Amino acid sequence: MTPTTGVKVRIQGLSKAFHTNGHEIRVLENIDLDVRDGELVCILGPSGCGKSTLLNIVGGFLPASSGEVTIDGSPVSEPDPRRIFVFQERGVFPWLTVEGNIGFGISGLPPKQKAARIAHYVRLVGLEGFETAYPQELSGGMKQRVEVARALAVNPDVLYLDEPFGALDSITRLIMRSELLRIWEAEKKTILFVTHDIEESCQLADRVVVLSARPGSIRRVVDVDLPHPRDLSSPRYLALRDSILEEIGLAHRI
Amino acid sequence: MRPVPTDSFSPKNRRSRPARTFARKLLPFSGIAVLVVLWDLALSVGGGPKLLPRPLAVIRAIGELGERGFLVKHVVASLFRVTWGYVAAVLVGVPLGIVLGWYRRGGMALAPLLEILRPISPLAWIPLAILWFGVGDVSAVFIIFLASLFPLTLTAMHAVRGVELVHVNAGLNFGLRAPELLRRVIYPAILPQLLVGLRLSLGIAWLVVVAAEMIAVSSGLGFLIIDARNAGNRYDLVVAGMVLIGVIGIALDAMMRSLERSKALAWGYTPAADADQPRVERRDTARASALP
Repeated sequence: MTPTTGVKVRIQGLSKAFHTNGHEIRVLENIDLDVRDGELVCILGPSGCGKSTLLNIVGGFLPASSGEVTIDGSPVSEPDPRRIFVFQERGVFPWLTVEGNIGFGISGLPPKQKAARIAHYVRLVGLEGFETAYPQELSGGMKQRVEVARALAVNPDVLYLDEPFGALDSITRLIMRSELLRIWEAEKKTILFVTHDIEESCQLADRVVVLSARPGSIRRVVDVDLPHPRDLSSPRYLALRDSILEEIGLAHRI
Repeated sequence: MRPVPTDSFSPKNRRSRPARTFARKLLPFSGIAVLVVLWDLALSVGGGPKLLPRPLAVIRAIGELGERGFLVKHVVASLFRVTWGYVAAVLVGVPLGIVLGWYRRGGMALAPLLEILRPISPLAWIPLAILWFGVGDVSAVFIIFLASLFPLTLTAMHAVRGVELVHVNAGLNFGLRAPELLRRVIYPAILPQLLVGLRLSLGIAWLVVVAAEMIAVSSGLGFLIIDARNAGNRYDLVVAGMVLIGVIGIALDAMMRSLERSKALAWGYTPAADADQPRVERRDTARASALP
């Protein structure tokens, strides 16, 4: 995607500290980041670096200690159905069927329109035939698709994904990545994607934001100027991946 | 050479399977049967003073109650009181518990009070109930109401506090706020736990109605028991009353359990989910391999 469009999400001077038993734990420090409309940005960092906290603040679930997040120019203060947060597959409602989950956010629509919208997203995420199944009857990957479909059904302009494929096996994870790219290209959403997986970030993102260990701050922003679908054995891809590995301080030899 | 029959069609299996399920269905009754036989044997061998009526006498007593119309009268009277007391407790306790679980401060203010009231046996309230409502149905219903109210309220409250944050956050994200969030996320999320609480408190209500009827009213199975003793030491009727209480109690429990087994609630009870697992795993692999 070419960055010709304007800024969608702007994070300015954002810091976050938690207070427990009189101790202050600094989690995020002075984060500045602009995410352009329609861009897929991966936030990459080691476990515990505060990347999930960052996403929760951007999503309006947590207040920032200082600094500000604005979307389309207006500050974020609470969760908003125009920006949907996709948790790991734990986020699906186990008491609703696949249809019930996908239709959860569009209960205000007339029944016919709602049914059509549900059918569309069931198809988009490839869950035809499972409309009336309950989540406990589905595999982890399928639950994740339900959650993505539930998010897309309300037609949000931003999606927040918090290590969405972290709990899946490696084959399903690869499939889900290409599905996400296909959906992203079809639906033109702005996506903020948190991960601790370097390969994943290089495969998906327009830009990779590398965070340092706690307190998390931005170490580097890497432009991944490779067109999709990406050739995972091309020298350019490998060079980018290796530069991020080095940035994080890992030699890629085991 | 004759073809070898496959396992599932072998005549041996076809005969043994129904026999096995029949045996399995009888198993729960075997304990009762053994007890009844031992009971009768002990009384016919022991001779001595009669400390129990013989099983046959109890069955005859139940028949006698049935013939004279007392069976239906007392059972209906007890069920009537349990129904009113219990339904009132559900209508008050469940919403109260949900609200106390959701609004932390309300919960913090009221939970200690509830925790103190809960361990007081509902029977300790009988004198006050009679003072307030007189001897009669209202007193008995009130006792049953109290007996079910505290466990129901506390179950609902703790269940709400245990709702997964991701589900609450997802509800908030889709724009739901307090009343809608409680109805569409919190309530379904706690339903499995709530049903267990409903079943247990119905059990308590059924325990308590017997005691309440011994003191506060002049009908019902509790009254039957105390009256049979007072009016002429008819211990066959006493035991008949006990048997009826047990049978109705187990029927009420079975009724509540059948609610818990509904498909939409299966997620709350892991053993129920197992039956579907293999079938779906297979479907999913088929699906995954069909992808490019």
